[in-house]
Amino acid sequence: MTETVGIVIVSHSSDIAKGTADMVRQMVGSEVKVAFCGGNPDGGLGTSVPLIIDAINDAWSPKGVAVLVDLGGAETNSEMAVEMLEPERRDLVVVCNAPIVEGAVMAATEAAGGSSLAQVRAVAEELSAD
Amino acid sequence: MSVPSETFKSLVKAAAEQVIASAPELTSLDQAIGDGDHGTNMKRGCEAVLGKLDAISAQPLDEALKMIGKTLVMTVGGASGPLYGSFFLAAGEALSHDKHLPDDLADVFGSAVNAVSARGRSQVGEKTMLDVLVPVLETLKTAAGQPDLIARVRTTATEAVERTAPMQATKGRASFLGARSVGHVDPGARSSCVLVQAVCAGLEARA
Repeated sequence: MTETVGIVIVSHSSDIAKGTADMVRQMVGSEVKVAFCGGNPDGGLGTSVPLIIDAINDAWSPKGVAVLVDLGGAETNSEMAVEMLEPERRDLVVVCNAPIVEGAVMAATEAAGGSSLAQVRAVAEELSAD
Repeated sequence: MSVPSETFKSLVKAAAEQVIASAPELTSLDQAIGDGDHGTNMKRGCEAVLGKLDAISAQPLDEALKMIGKTLVMTVGGASGPLYGSFFLAAGEALSHDKHLPDDLADVFGSAVNAVSARGRSQVGEKTMLDVLVPVLETLKTAAGQPDLIARVRTTATEAVERTAPMQATKGRASFLGARSVGHVDPGARSSCVLVQAVCAGLEARA
């Protein structure tokens, strides 16, 4: 199987994260590795650095991983999680500036075609362009 | 390291307990302009630090600060985790690189404040914790070596928190409110003040 960029979905809500991942899987099937996490370390609304690190490692691909986030804390915690990865993985993970649902679907669709991490990110971030 | 571990341990304990005691106030401030989780998030992080306090204070000071930072990053669950986490990680990192306390306090604190600014891509005046930390840093520089340093830091922190009320937030969740964020003290600025005041009180008690 050709390697494709992995997709990670990070929401404050585990329901949103799971629902977004379900939509992505319906679009791209199992061609792309998709992992998700939502909720703070106690399971309430929020995000959790250790869970994000686990999700990135679960979706790991040699082509890299694109992370889609919802609100501010999810972005800050995802950036922190990337910095805490093993050094050889850090440069292969990007946190996309894109809406979480549309961004995840677009990124996964692009990834399924075998695109590079930069291409996957660009397609997701086009959604945020003015 | 020039700070004895018993002093360090008591300061960390006092600061963490003070934040935990302030959790309801922090949450109520955050309900006004954020998502209402700052108190519970900080409480969870501080409880995790207290749970590891023996292990933390058995380390050399630089490693102890990094351990506090990492614990906050892994347990807080909101943006304040990486922000406060980066503060302590950077302070520890500065001490690992030829900086010493108390002589280099302003330098070490400055490195920590810079890390917060970089992590949040934020500057002073944007209604965040930096609006307390940066004025405190200025006082640490200008009043370094003065006998009333601690008292001046306490006054600076208290006044700085109040100055966040008329500011309009442009960073974080409060920025969604735009002009409606005006009139409320920033919860992150408040938690920074609680930490600064607790450490100052602990130092005064030992003076």
